[in-house]
Amino acid sequence: MRYLPHTEADIQAMLAAVGAGRIEELFARIPDACRRKGPLNLPPPLSEWDLDRHMENLAGANAVAPAYKIFLGAGSYDHHIPETIKQLLRRGEFFTAYTPYQPEVSQGTLQAIYEYQTLVGRLTGMAVANASMYDGASALAEALLMAIRITKRRRVALSRAVHPHYRQVAETYLRPAGFEIVLLPWGADGRTDLSRLADTADLAAVAVQSPNFFGCMEDLKAAAAAAHRQPDTLMITAFSEPLAYGLFEAPGRLGADIVCGEGQSLGIPRSFGGPGVGLFACRQEHLRSMPGRLVGRTVDLEGRRGFVLTLSTREQHIRRERATSNICTNQGLCALAAAMYMASLGGTGFRKLARLNYDTAGYLKTELQAAGVALPFAAPTFNEFVVRLPSGSRSRYLELLARRIVFGLPLEKYFPELSDHYLLCATETSRKQDLDLLVQEVTQ
Amino acid sequence: MIGTTGLVFNEPLLWELGAPGREAYSLPSREVPEHPVDPALTGPGPDFPDLSEPELVRHYTRLSQWNLSVDSSMYPLGSCTMKYNPKTNERQASLPGIANAHPLLPDDLAQGLLRLIFDLERWLAEITGLPAVSLQPAAGAQGELTGMLIFYAHHAALGRPRTKILIPDTAHGTNPASAALCGFTAVPVPSGPQGILTLQTVADRMDDDTAGIMVTNPNTLGLFEENIRQVADAVHAKGGLVYADGANMNAVLGVVDMGAMGVDVLHLNLHKTFSTPHGGGGPGAGPVCVTRALEPYLPVPRVAREGSRFTWRDDYPSSVGRLHAFYGNFGILTRAYSYILSLGAELARVSRLAVLNANYIQAGLKADYHLPHDRPCMHECVFTDKRQQAHKVSALDIAKRLIDYGFHPPTIYFPLVVNGALMIEPTESETKETLDQFIAALRAIAREAEQKPELLHQAPHHAKLRRLDEVTAARKPCLMG
Repeated sequence: MRYLPHTEADIQAMLAAVGAGRIEELFARIPDACRRKGPLNLPPPLSEWDLDRHMENLAGANAVAPAYKIFLGAGSYDHHIPETIKQLLRRGEFFTAYTPYQPEVSQGTLQAIYEYQTLVGRLTGMAVANASMYDGASALAEALLMAIRITKRRRVALSRAVHPHYRQVAETYLRPAGFEIVLLPWGADGRTDLSRLADTADLAAVAVQSPNFFGCMEDLKAAAAAAHRQPDTLMITAFSEPLAYGLFEAPGRLGADIVCGEGQSLGIPRSFGGPGVGLFACRQEHLRSMPGRLVGRTVDLEGRRGFVLTLSTREQHIRRERATSNICTNQGLCALAAAMYMASLGGTGFRKLARLNYDTAGYLKTELQAAGVALPFAAPTFNEFVVRLPSGSRSRYLELLARRIVFGLPLEKYFPELSDHYLLCATETSRKQDLDLLVQEVTQ
Repeated sequence: MIGTTGLVFNEPLLWELGAPGREAYSLPSREVPEHPVDPALTGPGPDFPDLSEPELVRHYTRLSQWNLSVDSSMYPLGSCTMKYNPKTNERQASLPGIANAHPLLPDDLAQGLLRLIFDLERWLAEITGLPAVSLQPAAGAQGELTGMLIFYAHHAALGRPRTKILIPDTAHGTNPASAALCGFTAVPVPSGPQGILTLQTVADRMDDDTAGIMVTNPNTLGLFEENIRQVADAVHAKGGLVYADGANMNAVLGVVDMGAMGVDVLHLNLHKTFSTPHGGGGPGAGPVCVTRALEPYLPVPRVAREGSRFTWRDDYPSSVGRLHAFYGNFGILTRAYSYILSLGAELARVSRLAVLNANYIQAGLKADYHLPHDRPCMHECVFTDKRQQAHKVSALDIAKRLIDYGFHPPTIYFPLVVNGALMIEPTESETKETLDQFIAALRAIAREAEQKPELLHQAPHHAKLRRLDEVTAARKPCLMG
């Protein structure tokens, strides 16, 4: 096997040095009761050539563009990824290094993550950002736990217009310790109805997502004002599509205390849902309650600028059960990809790309509406929006599927009251011809 | 000495580069008109520097050259299993039918992806001896959390929630931190004089309010927990469950059966044992394998086979719930799948050679470094700086000096139960020649410690930077530029 370098002569020489006759002797301390009976029953090893064929077959059994026209977003987005990022990311020095515990030989990773933290801070409008979380959903769960730690309260309010999967993950993280999640409904315009907050006391945090699950831009200023009406309650703004902040105001400038979400849009392929990267930023005063790794700037013995992992006394390997989180390995390489992507676009490119996304989805929305399709929510949207088809639309959805068109996400599974509602997504990669075809097909 | 000096470039921070209006990105052509936007909602957009494509490429190429990596040198970080990351795995994970697949595709349009999940779960079940698997946890620590959620759910379902959990003093810090998230109070269990758990210490602490035990086997001293079966029986006798941290699974592939060992829940680190790249700190993947009895608690959704068709199912009312927005780090799962298909049953040979390599290093360094537990080790060996302390040289100094020789340092000061630990895990990927060079380097450093200790105090000398001021970094945090 080409990954295993040992020749028989190597093995014999090494065994002699170790003082063993056979490799099995090194395993002698493992009791019989703990051993497996018989060899591993796995498929026979494939050569690289055979593996390529096998994987191509497997990959060929899935629907992707351009053979399929897929208007799905809902937390995972199709954006163009520059070839530079794909190639730079593959550099073994980034790819095959680990967490930069030894800063003298990890300055590449460390400076890159410091730059990532800075870009995330600028993107979200926050003072500090960490080195990443697993994904948008766990980032939100960790943000809620952080607010619970800071305020020492046991209840949080979560908008129902937050991605349903994010809400489920939050429940998973909060349930065993007995923390309570109060759900906020959405109003007629597709934005969170904040009126419920008035009669809900002792909240550690209020969490909304913007753009929310329906693509609607929340009124973040109003949400923060409502949250902060209670003393010390933290405002958490989540997101699954950070590109929106190239056009819309950043949540950090609209009163958020913690901003977190999914960064897959920033140069990371969808890969059936992962790996992505959880972006996590907060106000300076909450820095020491923050979960996750942090890279800080310092100097070496000769006074030269350098970077190290820092404030690790918050972390599990030092503080163990009293740590701010159990997270250890995060999404380093995806954070690097996100940094490369933000740097590729620059501020100028980021604004242009955000606008092109907004206009493309806006075009689809306008055309559908003109063709008589109902748009139930009036709030402004980014990239995604909800449509309502006449009742019994399931058969229409399946007909479109047969024509290799995925008509967005049917929402009934997540919201029983939204039967015949679909969440559609268009980005800069959507071609006008395909958008026009979609309008034609769904309204004919 | 395989390390040498060479020309290394300085490189500014991103925002010290570029000029407004440059771009390293080619915007897809615009085919649609502008859509009206409410100016009250818009903002200035992020203040990112504008770079050209050549500047961007050079920036990241230069940064990359400041890293040591598995591709450039031996990286013997104990308990991290820094083995070779096969290039073919990257090709497979990048296939358009995989990399471009949307996670919410209807089942019939994602049959290849669902099959991959189904098969990888089966293979991990075969490898571990635990029959039910979820691939959802995004990293080892999230796998641990999943395990603790299962413990919690199991006891809650029996109507007797428990509040404590036994954790040996050799455990990774993630173990107590994960347990704490489920409201469990960690009860430390000291390891015995042999560096392993004894039945008595566990039995003494196990009671009706203790949810179970978290064990790493082989443990972080690189030793197999020989009493594990009896320990498991003692825990089970009081109604507890046994969790195994599979961080060190690379030692025992094809050798042990975790089910037979008495383990109820195990997590694996695909980025350790199954060759997926560490990526400078992730992404990893932390699948969880459980007994049939605990299967109902596994996270949702799960993949099921109905005839020749694969489908998502989430109708498991006892499930601990969802851990990830979608189905974990699927791209990492693809790499592990590719690795297992490349090796098949030869995986057993991986562990045999990993253990041989570790023992070869242990034998080669015994004369120069203090070995707290002198017995055959598994995939890693743990030395200490006890002898070098006589010359006021610490594990940190030894680690830093190793950099000058061209090797990444081992894990140091862990496990906590050993003072001044140097934890060395070579993995199966390294040749005998590389191991010989590594041993020679550490032996030369032992001589230097006696004769020129100041050389070690000042090390590294050949890295891009010298030692960094970590105290100031923590006292006056500067986390953004």
